[in-house]
Formats: sequence, C-alpha cells, structure tokens
Amino acid sequence: MPIATPEERARYQALVRRLTPGRPVVRNTARAFVVGGLICELGQVIQVLFVRYGGFKPTEAGNPTVAVLILLAAIFTAIGVYDRFAQWAGAGSAVPVTGFSNTMTSAAMEHRSEGFVAGIGGNMFKVSGPVIVYGVVSAFFIALIRYVLEHL
Amino acid sequence: MARLGRSTWALGERQVAVIATSTVAGTLEAQGPLSDSFDLSLNDDRVGQDSWERAEQTMFRRAAEIACEKAAIRPNDVDLVVGGDLNAQLTSFYLGLRPLARPMLGVYSACASLCEGLAVASLAVATGFADVVLVGTSSHTSTAERQFRYPTEYGVQRPPTAQRTVTGAGAAVLARGRGPWQVTHATIGEIADFGVKSPWEMGAAMAPAAFDTLRQHLADTGRSLDDYDLVVTGDLGRVGLRILRNLLVEHGMASPAAAEERVNDCGAMIYDEHQPEVFSGGSGAACSTLVTFGHLFREMERGRLHRLLVCATGALLSQVSAQQGDTIPSISHAIAFERGD
Repeated sequence: MPIATPEERARYQALVRRLTPGRPVVRNTARAFVVGGLICELGQVIQVLFVRYGGFKPTEAGNPTVAVLILLAAIFTAIGVYDRFAQWAGAGSAVPVTGFSNTMTSAAMEHRSEGFVAGIGGNMFKVSGPVIVYGVVSAFFIALIRYVLEHL
Repeated sequence: MARLGRSTWALGERQVAVIATSTVAGTLEAQGPLSDSFDLSLNDDRVGQDSWERAEQTMFRRAAEIACEKAAIRPNDVDLVVGGDLNAQLTSFYLGLRPLARPMLGVYSACASLCEGLAVASLAVATGFADVVLVGTSSHTSTAERQFRYPTEYGVQRPPTAQRTVTGAGAAVLARGRGPWQVTHATIGEIADFGVKSPWEMGAAMAPAAFDTLRQHLADTGRSLDDYDLVVTGDLGRVGLRILRNLLVEHGMASPAAAEERVNDCGAMIYDEHQPEVFSGGSGAACSTLVTFGHLFREMERGRLHRLLVCATGALLSQVSAQQGDTIPSISHAIAFERGD
C-alpha cells in the first residue's frame, strides 16, 4: 500500500483534487490587473515629474523612473511590507520592476548572516538570476531575428 | 517489552514515563488558540540573536533547560539526548544543545522527528541503556522558509494549501517507571508516496502516511479508533486533515462522526484560521511537539484525555529533490501515551 500503484495514485489524486480548495484564480487575476496597472501608473507619474521638473527628455526619463521604483520596492521589502503586499496582489506585484527589486533585496537580506561576500554577494541574484539569464538570452535571439529580417 | 504485529513496539504500561515536558513558542504561536499552553512564549522570534539559525538553536536550548528544571534534574543527570530539527545537518539540535555535553543522537524524519525521537528514547529507557533521556525538536519559520522555499521577505503568493512552519521548540524528559504520562507503544512508519509533487501541498503528500501508520498501529495492537480518546496527526493542516478523515471513512475505519470527533491535527489546532498567513495550518518539527507537550498533555493532566495517539507526519523532500521534479515521499511514526494514574 505505501508505495502506490499508478491506479492508486490516480485515485488518490482525484480525492485530493476534490478536497483541496483551489486557488482563487478570478480574484487573483483581478487584483493582479489592478495592482500591476497602478504600479505602472505610479511609474508614469514619476516619469512625467522627471520630464516636467527634472529637465529630462521623455526618452531619457525612463532610467531614473525605474531607479525610483526599485528603491521604493527595496525600502518596502526591508521594512517587511512587500511580501504581505505580494500575498494580496500576486502577479500584480511580481511582474513590474518592483518585483525584480524585491527578489534581489529579499535574497540579500536573507543571506546577510553569512557575510558580505559569500552571503550577500553570492546570493543576491539567487532568485533574480534566472530572470537576468533568460532576459539576456531571449533579447539576443530577438535581436538576431530582427537583424536577419532587416538584412534579407 | 515485545513486538506486536509488523511494526509496533509494546513498551509496557508502567515501563517508560514522561516525567516533565517543556515548550517554547514563537510569537504567532503564542497568539494562537493554544496561547496559555506554553512554558515560554516569545515576543521576538529572533530572541536577541544575530541570525534566525542561532535563534532556533537558542529556543531548543531553552526548551532543554526548562525540561530539566521541571524534571528537577541537572543536565548532567541526562544519560542520552535524542532529537532533531529541519535544518540541514540538524544544526539546531547539535549546535543548540552543544553546551549540555551529553551523549547525543540526532534523528531526522522531517516533521515526524518528534515521534522518531520518542521511539528511540523509549527504546533506550525500556532496555535499560539509559535511565533518563531528554528528547525534543525545534523548527523556525524563517530558517525553514529559506532552506525549503524562498527568502522570507520574497513576495510570492502562497496558495490556500500552503502551511506555515511553526516557530518554537519543545522537549520531554523520559525515565523508567511511572510518571504523569506513560509511553506505551511506538509504531514505526513506512514510506508512503502517492505521487504528490507540489511543495505547497504537504498535507496531501503526508495524509497517506498518517493513514497507513494509524491503520498499522490499530492492526498490530488489536485496538480500534474507539480505544483512543484522541488521535492527532502532526502537521497535515486543515486540507490534509480533511483528506485523512475521508480516507478513514472510505476504508471503513471510522464513521464520519467518529473521524470528526476523535481525529484531529496539531497543524490545524495550533493556529486560528483567521491568523495572518497561516493558510491551511501549521507544519514543522515543533508543530506536534508544541501541541502535544503544551496542550494535549495538559488535557491529560486535567483528566479530559486518558489515552492519546500522536502520529507525527514528515514530508521527506529536499530542495534538490523538489527542483528535480521528484515526488514527495512521506512518513509517519505513531506514539501512544496514557495518563499515568
């Protein structure tokens, strides 16, 4: 009995599915839409402020805007608020650049006890590393496709 | 002392006694429904230490000290220390109890370590290889999260089946003869694996192990569920408990009413479901320890429970096995307690 046959497994997993509360998909999606949108809205406001009062050109205001959002998310992670916000907001807090900031800050905080080099340095990209790796790799291939198409 | 059936050790009714217990509870646990059950309730899960790991070690050490104080013994009177935790290489147990400088045996069955420890400790007492044995476990939400999942401050949305690792530590002093609580039986569990893979569904992964060990225990001892005032599992959570009760009814081992009344789960008992971010309930090596030694043993003292079966449950995954897509094997060991006099 303990090492289950495929039939027993299937039967058991059907029972588990019947008795397990599902993820509230509709609610999660709605919250992600609203929160993700509001974070982008905030970014837009910051960008407009940089253009209007900071003397940035619209094409250049993106970088300081992202820096401000990253800083805000890092601060809210540090004071222990961001993870609770993320439990409520789901993908709405994970997808924007604030989510990326949270992955790095949380990993750095977590591994502070192992020292600055092996701890913070060695683990800061632990969660966000895959995003960077596959972001760069996919950007390379997209650029390659574009280059080939333009020079055909 | 005899073996019953396939895997149950009958220790005798007056052979192995629990003479004292101790519980150290974390902040969220101390705010839960069992808040008045613990010897020491913390208001800082860091207990003044510079890392979560040292915090957990400190809790374990405090639990060991309190258990010795309550048993009116000095640490030097302890012949053997048995215990475990969830950290790799059992650092909370070994590093935390290092100052005791007594013979030590570390055990690991994930969150079922309490019952494995109690079985080994009872064996040592019953055979006379030790007169006084200290046994305990610890867990900490911040050390477990980082080892098995993500950094604590990482914003990941948990599903309703997720569980919260209990922060705390507990210990018991076992000795030969009679005491307020007797350890009468230990049933050693087998691995159960029904193909659950998601680390967010520990309750579903472990329910078959609890079911199997409970069935084996009843078959070996010739007892039925009615012979126990209460059967508790370690940390199935509300979702896993619902699955276990369903399995018991489906296999004709209990009526729906009996399953509801006589079978419960420490993970479902330790938190109120409205507490923040506890989801399906508690888990962790300290979950069954805090509920059993804190709450249930007091219920036995008050005479509300006479005979108790604790089936601690453990999910035997590592971060590597989970990332490699392996299924989650689980194990449950059962310990039967009786009120002393």
